[in-house]
Amino acid sequence: MNVNVQFREEGNRIYGVIEGEIDTYTAPMLREELEVITINKSSIIELDLSKVTYMDSTGLGVFVAFYKKVLKENAELKLVRLSSRLARLFEITGLSELMDIETDKKVEPANECI
Amino acid sequence: MKELKVQYQKVLSDYLLNQNESNLYIGQNLVRQLMKSNVSPEDLVSIHKQSLEYIVPDLPDSVLNSFDFLIEVMVDFGLMLKEHQSLLLKQEEIRIEMEIAAKIQNLLLETKIPKPNGLDIGMVSVPVRKMNGDYVHFMHDDGKYFSVAVTDVVGKGVPAALCMSMVKYGLDTLEYANNNPSYVLEVLNRIIEKSVDDSMFVSMFYGRYDLEKDIFTFGSAGHEPALYYNSKQQTFTDLDSNGLLLGVLPEMKYSQTDIHLSENDFIIMITDGVTEFRKMDNFDSRTYIKELAKSLNHLSAQEMCEKIFEYLNKLQDFLLEDDFTIVTIKKY
Repeated sequence: MNVNVQFREEGNRIYGVIEGEIDTYTAPMLREELEVITINKSSIIELDLSKVTYMDSTGLGVFVAFYKKVLKENAELKLVRLSSRLARLFEITGLSELMDIETDKKVEPANECI
Repeated sequence: MKELKVQYQKVLSDYLLNQNESNLYIGQNLVRQLMKSNVSPEDLVSIHKQSLEYIVPDLPDSVLNSFDFLIEVMVDFGLMLKEHQSLLLKQEEIRIEMEIAAKIQNLLLETKIPKPNGLDIGMVSVPVRKMNGDYVHFMHDDGKYFSVAVTDVVGKGVPAALCMSMVKYGLDTLEYANNNPSYVLEVLNRIIEKSVDDSMFVSMFYGRYDLEKDIFTFGSAGHEPALYYNSKQQTFTDLDSNGLLLGVLPEMKYSQTDIHLSENDFIIMITDGVTEFRKMDNFDSRTYIKELAKSLNHLSAQEMCEKIFEYLNKLQDFLLEDDFTIVTIKKY
């Protein structure tokens, strides 16, 4: 079980691709990885979750804490390419009303074929 | 100590005379005794040097010097060993403290199932570790209302347990069962938002039952939707609302909804430990639970909870991944 994040910066935009499973054991690792990002006032941070194969509620905790941090800096956070399973977690918890979340329609059918 | 030294000398001289298995075995046993008496590695080398000097009187200086060198080198090993021993001791202390804490938590968060007129209530709550991150709170003050809160703290173990005690006292201060779910959720959200760190939240399903009118009013803060079964129509309805998890933002508003229950209707409230199956990607757990509950409707609420737990636990090869809580309310 592992999780890692690859970052790419383009001007004030930061793209991150998260890969792996996010649970009680890996959530602290993810938190550390996200803490490394320097957030400026106009930063737009986009996290791609299409390679996250599993996430439990501790993972949600990490994203909410990060979202609050980004909000404090007046920057923007976007979570993109969520599988339907992940998107459901954000919906049930009411977080999808609060955060900018995009599901990936291209990813979903592939997931269901497995 | 002196006695052990003499013994070591004897065992070593026996071995030097005859290098057989049995002499070696005696040596190994002696070393275990030395370890029990807290003889450090460097002390052991020193004993070895003295014994050898006694047994073989004319040893060349180079051999004796090499032992002095070895004694110095072994000092670090000795320190490491001490550190390891003290860690073991600390670990044992922590384990005992954890056990006491778990016992206290169980006492504090003990849930008694009330027996209001006209309702049959059942519950199963199983923690995956020592401390439970799920909590069920019932209120029934002999009046016309009965209320229930099913909660799940994001996170597990000790931090979750501490947070849960706070939720319990928050609920206790509300005192009466007649409060509106939306009000209860708003108050708790304020308490939790103020006092918990940024990555800890609580999901809660709160329901109030009007025992005279058979109206169940519910609200949810980011919780897994409950299931309502209408026995006349033989259909299930998800009791969901888009309320945000407790503790994320201050001053949140929560909505509430009324449903009317008739004879043989039931409501099943669950935590995500009941529906999340990590190893079964495409398994539709909610549909499975619905089918199962429908087939178990002839049982009492408690038996239903126990059977559902039994089936779901079996499905996961008896390896729970998350705290598991299920509460059933049946109208009779």
